[in-house]
Amino acid sequence: MGRRRGRGSPGGTPAAQSDAGLRRDAERSLEMTLVNPNMNKLFRFGQSCKGRRVIRFSHSQITRLYSRFTSLDKGENGTLSREDFQRIPELAINPLGDRIINAFFPEGEDQVNFRGFMRTLAHFRPIEDNEKSKDQNGPEPLNSRSNKLHFAFRLYDLDKDDKISRDELLQVLRMMVGVNISDEQLGSIADRTIQEADQDGDSAISFAEFVKVLEKVDVEQKMSIRFLH
Amino acid sequence: VVNLLGISITVLFTLLLVFIIVPAIFGVSFGIRKVYMKTLLKIFQWATLRIERGAKEKNHPLYKPYANGIIAKEPTSLEEEIKEIRRSGSGKALDTPEFELSDIFYFCRKGIETIMDDEVTKRFSAEELESWNLLSRTNYNFHYISLRLTVLWGLGVLIRYCFLLPLRIALAFTGISLLVTGTTVVGYLPNGRCKEFLSKHVHLMCYRICVRALTAIITYHDRENRPRNGGICVANHTSPIDVIILASDGYYAMVGQIHGGLMGVIQRAMVKACPHVWFERSEVKDRHLVAKRLTEHVQDKSKLPILIFPEGTCINNTSVMMFKKGSFEIGATVYPVAIKYDPQFGDAFWNSSKYGMVTYLLRMMTSWAIVCSVWYLPPMTRKPEEDAVQFANRVKSAIARQGGLVDLLWDGGLKREKVKDTFKEEQQKLYSKMIVGN
Repeated sequence: MGRRRGRGSPGGTPAAQSDAGLRRDAERSLEMTLVNPNMNKLFRFGQSCKGRRVIRFSHSQITRLYSRFTSLDKGENGTLSREDFQRIPELAINPLGDRIINAFFPEGEDQVNFRGFMRTLAHFRPIEDNEKSKDQNGPEPLNSRSNKLHFAFRLYDLDKDDKISRDELLQVLRMMVGVNISDEQLGSIADRTIQEADQDGDSAISFAEFVKVLEKVDVEQKMSIRFLH
Repeated sequence: VVNLLGISITVLFTLLLVFIIVPAIFGVSFGIRKVYMKTLLKIFQWATLRIERGAKEKNHPLYKPYANGIIAKEPTSLEEEIKEIRRSGSGKALDTPEFELSDIFYFCRKGIETIMDDEVTKRFSAEELESWNLLSRTNYNFHYISLRLTVLWGLGVLIRYCFLLPLRIALAFTGISLLVTGTTVVGYLPNGRCKEFLSKHVHLMCYRICVRALTAIITYHDRENRPRNGGICVANHTSPIDVIILASDGYYAMVGQIHGGLMGVIQRAMVKACPHVWFERSEVKDRHLVAKRLTEHVQDKSKLPILIFPEGTCINNTSVMMFKKGSFEIGATVYPVAIKYDPQFGDAFWNSSKYGMVTYLLRMMTSWAIVCSVWYLPPMTRKPEEDAVQFANRVKSAIARQGGLVDLLWDGGLKREKVKDTFKEEQQKLYSKMIVGN
C-alpha cells in the first residue's frame, strides 16, 4: 500500500498532516535563509521533505550544526575534507579518529557537503518515544537502534563486505591499543571474540551475529548525543 | 565657503586633540568615556529589543549563540564509560579485563561529540555576542531589522568611520611618534635617576595616548598587587593591545622578537631609554639563551619587571590555554594578571589567520570602544614540591578563576600545529589496561 504524499490536504490522515508540517518548516527555513546568503544551503536542505523526514533534526539544531560546519570549513567552499576534520585536536587524539572521519565520506569521495554531514550525524540523534510508533511504513529513521548498530559495524568492517573478518578485527584492535599489546595476545583476543560471536561457522562476524552479541547493550543511550537546546 | 569649512574643521580637530592629549600627559581622566559607554549600552539594549520584537512578529526563532556548548557532554573517564557500556551488555564480572565488541561505542560517540562541538577550535575565533551592538560584523539576524534600527545603524557607521576613525588615527600617530622621539631623546642622557624618571614618564604618557586612541575604557582592580622590580608579570593573551593596556598603568620591560618595519623602529627606540629584552629571530629558538637572558634581567633588582604572555598566541578571551613553562623555570616571583574584555563594545581578539595587523587595527579603531577589566593578582612563587609545569598550571588556574575564563590544558599552538601523538598514545595505553590488565 503506497503512501500518499499529497499536498494541501488539511487534517485527515497522519501522513498528510506530517507532510503539511514539513512543508511549513521548509517554508520557514526558506524565508530565514534567503535573506542571509550564507544560509542558502539550509534552504535547499530544508526544502527537501524527504531529507527532513529521514534525518529529523529540529530547526535550531540544523542552524547550529550549519554554523559548526562553516567554522570547520576553512577553505570556504561548502564542503569538508579529511584535513578539516583532523584539525579538531580532540578528534585527532581519538584512537579511532580516522575510522570515524571515514564514515562521513561516501565511497571514493574526498569531500562531504552539509547534507552528507547531517546524514552521518543523524545516526546519533536520541530516539524519542513518540517517534517509535510513527511512520511504520516510511523509511527507517537514521537514528533507529538498527542503524546505530550498523554505524558501529561499519567502523569495524574495513573493506565494506558486510563481514568482520579476523584480519579486520585485528587491525581495528591495533588502532585502539597502539603498541601496548603484543601481536600474539591481540590475535588470541580476536580469535576468542570471533568464536563467541560466530554462529554460522564462517570465522567472520556478519551484521546479524553482531546484533545478536550486542542485543542487551543499551545502544539507544550509548550511541546518542543530546542537544542542550 | 569651502575654505571656511576646512579651516573650522581643522581647528575643531586640533582642539579635540589637545583636549585629549593634555589629560593623557598628566594621567587625568574626565570620565567622558564612561558616559559614552553608558549611553551605548542603553542603545544596544534598545536595538536588541527591537530585533526580538521583529522576530516575534514574524514568528521565527531567533539565532542565539550559546557559550556553554550545544551538546550535552558527560565528564566521565574512559574507564567509567566503557565499564558502563559493558555493564548494560552482560551480567559478567566487570573486574576481569577483556575485550568487548561494544567497547567501540565509547570511541565512536566521543569522536562524534567532538565533531559537533569541541573545546579547542572554538577558542581561535571571535566570541559570539548575545545582543547586537550595532556593528554589521556581529549581526546574525539581519532580516529582522526595522527601518528605525537601520537608520540608527547608518548613523553609527557615520560616527565611527567619519568622526572616530580619523580622530583615533591622529591620536595613534601622535602617540607613536612621541614615543619614538621621546625615548630617543632620553636615550642621550647619562644613566641615572633623572634618565629613569623621564623614561618612565615618556613611556607612560605615550601609552596613555594610545589608550585614548583606541577609546579603551579600562578598570583596574587590586592595584596594590602591581608587579615590582625583579618580578615577572604574566597575563592571558588576547591581542597586541594587551601590552598597551598593561603598560599604561605600570612601567615594564618588554620581551619579544625584533621585527622589521615600523615595529622594529619603535622597538629600537624604546630600548635606548630603558633595558627591554629583545631577541633576534635566530635567538628565539634557543631556549637556553632566552632563559639565561631573562634570568640575568630578573636578578638585577634595579631592572623593571618583565611582561610576558606565556600562552604564546592570541586566544579569544573565553578561556586560558596552556602556559609555556619557560618563564616559570627562572625562579622569580610571578605576578599574575587577568585581563577580561567585554566584547559588547568591540571584540579585541586578533584572529591572526584571518586578519593581518593593519586590518586588525582598523577594525579596532572602527569599533565603539575597547572595554576591559584588569585584575592584579597577589604574587606567587614556586613551591619546593612542584615543578615548573605544575607551577604554571597553578598560576593559570588563578588567572582563569579571577577572569571568569575556562581553564584548559590544551596548547594554544594548536591554532597552527597538529596535536602531539603522545595524547593519542595515552588514550591507547588506558584502553589497553582495560582489555589485558596491567
